[in-house]
Amino acid sequence: MIDGFAYIDAWWWPYLFILLIGWLPTDIWRALGVLLSGGIDENSEMLVFVRAVATALVAAVISKLILFPAGNLAIAPIELRVFAASLGFASFIISGKRVFIGILVAESILIGGSLWMGVF
Amino acid sequence: MNIPPDEPIHSNGEINKFNWFLTGARGLFSIPALILMSSFVGFAGFAREAGFSLGETVFMVGTIWALPSHLVLVGSVIADASVLTTLIAVLLASVRLMPMVMAQLPLLKGKNTSRGTMLFLSHFIAITSWVFLQERYKQVPQDARAVFFAGFAITISTVCTVLVGITYVLAGTFPPILAAALFFLTPVYFLTSIWRAAYLISDKWAMGFGLVLGPLFHLIVPEVDILLAGGIGGFAAYAIHRMVLKRQKAS
Repeated sequence: MIDGFAYIDAWWWPYLFILLIGWLPTDIWRALGVLLSGGIDENSEMLVFVRAVATALVAAVISKLILFPAGNLAIAPIELRVFAASLGFASFIISGKRVFIGILVAESILIGGSLWMGVF
Repeated sequence: MNIPPDEPIHSNGEINKFNWFLTGARGLFSIPALILMSSFVGFAGFAREAGFSLGETVFMVGTIWALPSHLVLVGSVIADASVLTTLIAVLLASVRLMPMVMAQLPLLKGKNTSRGTMLFLSHFIAITSWVFLQERYKQVPQDARAVFFAGFAITISTVCTVLVGITYVLAGTFPPILAAALFFLTPVYFLTSIWRAAYLISDKWAMGFGLVLGPLFHLIVPEVDILLAGGIGGFAAYAIHRMVLKRQKAS
């Protein structure tokens, strides 16, 4: 667990902590968006850069979750996880960017492959 | 979109707010809403496997209401990141909400919409609401849009929060393979939906760089891996975007 979660030993602390490191850094941007509404062009260079950083950051978390997952997913072999995610993404592209198809293919390969290998 | 059964606009030109609220609420059965709900089902399994309690998981969904922030927050907890690193990572992952709010709010604004209402509505603005609004706002009269959106947003966030609670409890009874599949939903959902939302070359390169650099930095500097992957990957993607722009201008 993250070190802050056990910082104060009280039932309400994890909730306050979630507000401080989750809600505040998220909703502050929404509030700023309201205050600045009409002031900045969505395609301005600054925002293109900001979006690139946010996208790379979220992508980094995604691949870390596939390569180094927590809990039961770690039981499935890494090759199977990468294979399932890659084929899921490929079918998403081929199907004309249908998220549902990508998820269906990735999950089928993960479950089918795990059963076939008998890892669970 | 279905037209409300009872006339949404009275003969005297007044907007029937309640009907527009319900019309918005019916957006629960739209494709973007259904995809969002299934990804929250995945998130419940994800948070549970990561060691969050039922109360914490439900609270997180209700207050933050932005899957990338949830993802980064829980992902950081799994990776044992420090408080400061997590805070910065959540900040960076949700900057995109600011331009999104700036792009969506003017669509929702009626002549009597107060700034307080706008602030309240802004909390619900995220990728799904963007897709939902983009497809429908033209069919809703300007003055009814705020209440139409509120109907959609409040309904879907309440349903998802409850759904997360139920799934979290049920997930305890799932066999390990199903729990694993549920956890796997989250990265696969993001992998596809972020690519779908990417419309500039920089967004696509940023995704590619992030996917490669995240695990790479995890092996070298695990404490700050996603910050570095986001910063360096994002910068490189932006540089490519500039180079392409320059070449286009030159030719």
